[in-house]
Amino acid sequence: MSLAEKYPKEVKQILAKYPPEHKRSAVMPLLYLAQSQEGYITKEAMQDIASTLEISITDVGTIVGFYTLFHDKKEGKYRMQVCTDLPCALRGADQFVESLCANLGIRVGETTSDGLLTLEAVTCLAACDRAPMLQIQSKDGLKYYEDMTADKTMELIDTLKKSGAEVK
Amino acid sequence: MSYVVLRHRDIPDIHTLDVYKKNGGFEAFQRAVTKMKPNEVTGMVKASGLRGRGGAGFPTGSKWAFITDKSSWPRYVVANADESEPGTFKDREIMESNPFQFLEGVAIASYAVGANAAYVYLRGEFWQAAKFLDEKIAEMGKAGYLGDKLFGTAYSLHIHTHLGAGAYICGEETAMLESIEGKRGMPRIRPPFPAVYGLYGKPTVVNNVETLTNLPMILAQGPEWYKSLGTSDSAGVKIFSLSGRVRKPGNYELPFGTTFRQLIYEHGGGVQDGRPVKAIMPAGASSSFIVANEKVLDTPMDYASVRALGADLGSASVIVIDDTVSTEWIINKTIHFFKHESCGKCTPCREGTYWMMHLIEDLRDGKHSPSNVDLLLTVAKQMQNKCLCPLGEFSTMAVVTGIERFPQDFSK
Repeated sequence: MSLAEKYPKEVKQILAKYPPEHKRSAVMPLLYLAQSQEGYITKEAMQDIASTLEISITDVGTIVGFYTLFHDKKEGKYRMQVCTDLPCALRGADQFVESLCANLGIRVGETTSDGLLTLEAVTCLAACDRAPMLQIQSKDGLKYYEDMTADKTMELIDTLKKSGAEVK
Repeated sequence: MSYVVLRHRDIPDIHTLDVYKKNGGFEAFQRAVTKMKPNEVTGMVKASGLRGRGGAGFPTGSKWAFITDKSSWPRYVVANADESEPGTFKDREIMESNPFQFLEGVAIASYAVGANAAYVYLRGEFWQAAKFLDEKIAEMGKAGYLGDKLFGTAYSLHIHTHLGAGAYICGEETAMLESIEGKRGMPRIRPPFPAVYGLYGKPTVVNNVETLTNLPMILAQGPEWYKSLGTSDSAGVKIFSLSGRVRKPGNYELPFGTTFRQLIYEHGGGVQDGRPVKAIMPAGASSSFIVANEKVLDTPMDYASVRALGADLGSASVIVIDDTVSTEWIINKTIHFFKHESCGKCTPCREGTYWMMHLIEDLRDGKHSPSNVDLLLTVAKQMQNKCLCPLGEFSTMAVVTGIERFPQDFSK
């Protein structure tokens, strides 16, 4: 089912933001909409968006490849993205990531065996005063968690586990 | 002194339309549209001395004045809410806590340059802020502050949010325009500048969130009032994002001309564990290092005085480094950042950041030799003045000044 069939109202709203002769502008918001289904963007979705915007699938693919928040592969249900850039690192972000790795038994870039969580180290998230911090990206969007500790993060993961009982 | 931009710290619930209106909200925009000519608005902003808060410090009114009566139509205003410089976290606080003042600023800028559509480009990570702004924009529309034929005049304005998806480079104004056009965020060759060839090839003004949020207050209280707040070189107030090894990191709205010492010790509570300040990076990861000493700490923070110290104030993202931290470790962090964020368009930046990363990793892994340090410095200097946009240049600032100003950190 195409995005326009599944989400007619949203697609219409997105296209209305841009001049009709420049509908290619809608590629990023449409990709977010596509990603909200499975947590990653399928080739079929890219083809669908390409047809809607009258551009090639290659044009859509370059956007998916260029921007780090678009994903074309299935990973953990939740992507836990910890900022390890300079200001956060000056407040212990590297040690924070190490303790998360130890607690979860995975390395940065890996997914837990239950498929719940992928741990990523990312560049600055503009929350330098509340480090260590992380964001969680899922198909439902993005959320910040600031002034974190390893213990608080493990509690958060427990909550996610309980809410995500159906994870495969 | 009361706040100019971070007014939510003085006025609870200013994020609600009622409270914002009760505190003079939208009066400046309404007066501009109903009683002033666009060039009179531009004239007031010019007279205020307001300079761009995103980093470049270009006079805002002069930027607008590049769009003239003879410029083609339609025109666009783009609010730069891509805030991605490591050490900068002010625009998010503004949008989350004082959204209407920011949006009124967007509206004022749009009227001044004759734009009927404006886009707020938020970095993808500001997903929640974008949803929040969408609600606020809808409220403004319902209340008659956005839409067609505003206040019974012929002027119409619509504001839309556009969410990026994780790319520092999109904070560069031409890369941002490419991104809104649905392309990879790669900078354009300038000139032509956006005022001539901007979004969809039309005259466009790109202004930072903080810059725009100043505008309603400048129109309400006048350019002379605004000028009286800063220094002769740098008018008004600035939000200093203070981070690093300080006790109380955070955003501090202060007049230009406040000293580093006042920011770090009076507002920021001093350095963690009472250590001495070793270095200051006044403009985030793009900064040159300033070697801290008593005289430096007493330097007023304005564009000219910081430049005299061999650095730029930029977006005023002040990262404080104490004497427990090695400069080599810091440039390892900044090089990895820029390597990751280089868009790949210009060879010196794409290849230069790659080779700098390998050289700094060698140093990190103990492969220290004077020739490795010299080579790193050479690569960095070869990149300078050779890239289309400032990213390539920025990636070299900490490397060059780190090695030159802290040679002891590289001589193990």
